[in-house]
Amino acid sequence: MRMHAKNTRAIKKNLTIITRISMENREMKIAIASGKGGTGKTTVATNLALSLGNVQLLDCDVEEPNSHLFLDIKLIKTEDVSILVPKINKDKCTLCGKCSEFCQYHALAVLPRDVLLFPELCHGCGGCALVCPENIITEENRVIGVIESGQSSGIEFYHGILNIGEPMVSPLIHAVKRKAKNDRVAIIDSPPGTGCPFIASIEGSDYCILVTEPTPFGLYDLTITIGVVRKLSIPFGVVINRYGIGDSRIDTYCEKEAIPVLMRIPQEKRIATLYSSGVPFTKEMPEWSEKFIELFKAIEAEIRS
Amino acid sequence: MKQLTIISGKGGTGKTTITASFTSLAKTAVVADCDVDAPDLHLILKPKIMEVMRFSGAKIAVVDYDKCSECGRCIEHCRFDAISESYEILENRCEGCGVCEYVCPFGAIRLINRESGMAYKSFMRFGPMAHALLNTAQEASGKLVALVRNNAKELAKEYEKELCIIDGPPGIGCPVIAAIAGVNLVLAVTEPTLPAIHDLERILGVAHHFKIPAVVCINKCDINWENSKKIEEYCKKESIDVVGNLPYDDVVTEAMIAEKTVVEFSDSEIAKNITMMWLNIERRLS
Repeated sequence: MRMHAKNTRAIKKNLTIITRISMENREMKIAIASGKGGTGKTTVATNLALSLGNVQLLDCDVEEPNSHLFLDIKLIKTEDVSILVPKINKDKCTLCGKCSEFCQYHALAVLPRDVLLFPELCHGCGGCALVCPENIITEENRVIGVIESGQSSGIEFYHGILNIGEPMVSPLIHAVKRKAKNDRVAIIDSPPGTGCPFIASIEGSDYCILVTEPTPFGLYDLTITIGVVRKLSIPFGVVINRYGIGDSRIDTYCEKEAIPVLMRIPQEKRIATLYSSGVPFTKEMPEWSEKFIELFKAIEAEIRS
Repeated sequence: MKQLTIISGKGGTGKTTITASFTSLAKTAVVADCDVDAPDLHLILKPKIMEVMRFSGAKIAVVDYDKCSECGRCIEHCRFDAISESYEILENRCEGCGVCEYVCPFGAIRLINRESGMAYKSFMRFGPMAHALLNTAQEASGKLVALVRNNAKELAKEYEKELCIIDGPPGIGCPVIAAIAGVNLVLAVTEPTLPAIHDLERILGVAHHFKIPAVVCINKCDINWENSKKIEEYCKKESIDVVGNLPYDDVVTEAMIAEKTVVEFSDSEIAKNITMMWLNIERRLS
């Protein structure tokens, strides 16, 4: 019991603190998100960061991190990120089965002559070590990915890279978010979807920019995403990317729901081509930097009012 | 039954567009939408739901405040920071492990099933379809993917279908692994952009890790020919076949708005290329 509590304390130090510190003493955390993939999250995150300068950019899409491709940056590995998994002293195991019975994730199986661990199913709760009557389960680190960091154009950048074949995503996202500091604006590039990695990324943010496109898929996924963001009580606004394709359904929806449309990025071949070669479009079209700064000011005014 | 999963790593490269077209080309298939976080396939295929199943993926702790004496032991042992100082269970953080229930000396905490989402068995104009929807802010989507695939398998048996076409989620984590485990072939859809190429290499790494054969489709191949060539070269080096090169075409969005698959909607070049690609894949699966 004492060991479990000690390990738990060590882990908690690594979790993102969810209690919101008053906005007066720190800078904003803005998450860029979308239910549908490929709508332009990374485009908005990187161009916003570059336009503002002196910010942190945290790429929490640890499954497929892309933000660094738009920054002229040299990355260095800062740390391995791991979770605790059980280590069983098989010589002393009586095969009583209490551990596998307790495990909600089916990460342990006790057979007539052996006990098997499936580490990729383990969430690291430590329950098996707690319930083992022989006290022969200890815990050890299992690496799930790495964090890399670098500096570029005034941006302090971090991202997580999930190991190939690894299903555990959220602990790595928490580790990346832990890099956020209070004295600088933090921009968080989130993964697509609306499940656990998405929630882990946006939780605790002061504002969410939802990037969508004016198509049926774009609208449908936006409505699901808005449901989650509302449930987490995070203020949000919408950026419509590829404006001009599809139809006006996003505008109509946002107007009806009184959701602010923060920006409309037109469907332009030039923007698409720049994206395809990893060039942030504000670099070649500096008038857009102004627009991103205005977008930030509007969000700041809304949050601090 | 043979199974094909369409994946991409990066989102928005055209998985659902291609899956929908394949569904209208395949003569004897069941289709499964395994992007349960943000499912879009039903917007094109318009399935009629025949059977609804409640899905409970994970458990969640509940506190009986009459029994709770606020001793703090649950908070001390919870590794997910899911219990607040006022002994509330934080729904978005609780992973349903049961440690709090175990350490509580007063029996004040128990685990209950979450209502995580719904799984559906349906029928649409091209045949049977399995799909699902996660409830707002619910987790355990990998398990829901597994349930959708199982439903697809049952539908295939019932309707005597020999192939299952699976629309996969983006990323490389838990739901993706659940969507490709044990399938006969994956089709990785990419586009000639730097981020998509970066993500393609990672998703092909995942397929390789699980020893699943993979082929590649380059969507919007004409938006950056240089990058398209790089993808071709990369695939050649890795001995992975590129089975389709699709041009950028506004007809894709037009078909989506008309709630039709691209091959139903038009006979443009992209529709022809998708058809060719389908025939190629069908051969590989037979």
